[in-house]
Amino acid sequence: MNALPDAEKLCLQLADSIRPQITSNTVMIGLYTGGVWLAQRLHALLDIAEPLGTLDIAFYRDDYHQQGLARDPKRSSIPFSIEGRDLLLVDDVLYTGRTVRAAMNELFDYGRPARISLAVLADRGGRQLPICAQYCGVRLEVPAGARLRLRRAEDGRLSLQLEHAT
Amino acid sequence: MQRNPQLNRNGELQHLLSIDGLPREVIERVLATADSFIGVTEREVKKVPLLRGKSVFNLFFEPSTRTRTTFEIAAKRLSADVINLNIAVSSQSKGESLLDTVANLSAMQADIFVVRHGSAGAPYLIARHVKPHEHVINAGDGRHAHPTQGLLDLYTLRHYKKDFTQLTVAIVGDVLHSRVARSLIHGLTTLGTPEVRVIGPQTLMPAGVEALGVHVYRDMREGLRDCDAVVMLRLQNERMRGALLPSAQEFFKHYGLTADKLAAAKPDVIVMHPGPMNRGVEIDSSVADGPHSVILPQVTFGIAVRMAVMSMVAGVSA
Repeated sequence: MNALPDAEKLCLQLADSIRPQITSNTVMIGLYTGGVWLAQRLHALLDIAEPLGTLDIAFYRDDYHQQGLARDPKRSSIPFSIEGRDLLLVDDVLYTGRTVRAAMNELFDYGRPARISLAVLADRGGRQLPICAQYCGVRLEVPAGARLRLRRAEDGRLSLQLEHAT
Repeated sequence: MQRNPQLNRNGELQHLLSIDGLPREVIERVLATADSFIGVTEREVKKVPLLRGKSVFNLFFEPSTRTRTTFEIAAKRLSADVINLNIAVSSQSKGESLLDTVANLSAMQADIFVVRHGSAGAPYLIARHVKPHEHVINAGDGRHAHPTQGLLDLYTLRHYKKDFTQLTVAIVGDVLHSRVARSLIHGLTTLGTPEVRVIGPQTLMPAGVEALGVHVYRDMREGLRDCDAVVMLRLQNERMRGALLPSAQEFFKHYGLTADKLAAAKPDVIVMHPGPMNRGVEIDSSVADGPHSVILPQVTFGIAVRMAVMSMVAGVSA
């Protein structure tokens, strides 16, 4: 019944596709929550010198005036200077592109990276902004009302999950 | 049943008027959100775009430096426009009523009113009359409440001590005139603090304070025994009517926090003070500047807590 691809396998494939581009200037930042889980995996697989950075875009969302402040925002933590770095931004699912827009706005309050690339586990289309991923595990057709997201089990296993609108 | 004037119909924080009556989830959400804002205040660019295009009016009917300044910094770090009104020397002295003042500022497109007033309840009165998109934050009303101070005290306690359900906290000094003490007591009991003590002379203790769930001590050493945190209150000379105290020196002798008295508390006790301090009256300099003091971190945390409160209320409508 679950026709979604295996997230663990996608994770390894994604790491393989990114690996040739990694240099000593590469840094990685994951977006809460699913993007951080994925980034933790990729960071370990790719041998990146700097520790992993994490970003919660709650304070940069463009729907604040409709939705109010997100519940339980996490503290963004970038334990290195992003100035002049090759920055690899990681999220679990790419959809409208609004999260990535918010993340880039937040990043520029930390400094001016030389380059930002985007790596995602799944691209479900439906873009509302001119944003694309340089590294993508899989492209999926997902109905507009449904929600595709990464889950992490107690044992740390990652899986993709589709939640239909009720 | 009348709705809590601070919450909208979805139970979200719409105005911050008092910690009394604030559900535990709302308090915890403020503290968690403040924690994320600490990350922002540690950056090179200490600003986020949340309140771009919003106007925050600081309405101070009583003088204040620290609270007004930290509200101003918090609003600016949220990218709001800030207008400071020192009403003590403004139109009120020309006879304008409180609600007329607010109505005029509302016509100038206000989004948040930060109100400090000498009379208890003034922020409630304003909150009842503002438009649905306008929000009121109480920055201290008479002896009643000072909720952002209470919340920053709670944030400080959580930062250093983690778990409220294991804590013994003593609040010392002029409890009678202290809106800070009242706000903190409500917050501590809501978060499940098992032992809250108030220490001070009988003349500075409100009648029936035990009803708030605190234990009253007259002897300071006894009250400080095994405390995890001590919150010193400022001796509020400007609120004293009549002779409640023989002298400041006499007060210091019995209730001033010295290293000697502090030794009765736990070895890792933290010392807090809402400021401004009267050194040599309620606190000795060696303690205020000593290793247990977290008085200056409190000020820094206060900015993050006020950012959290403003960004929570401004994103909510009635």
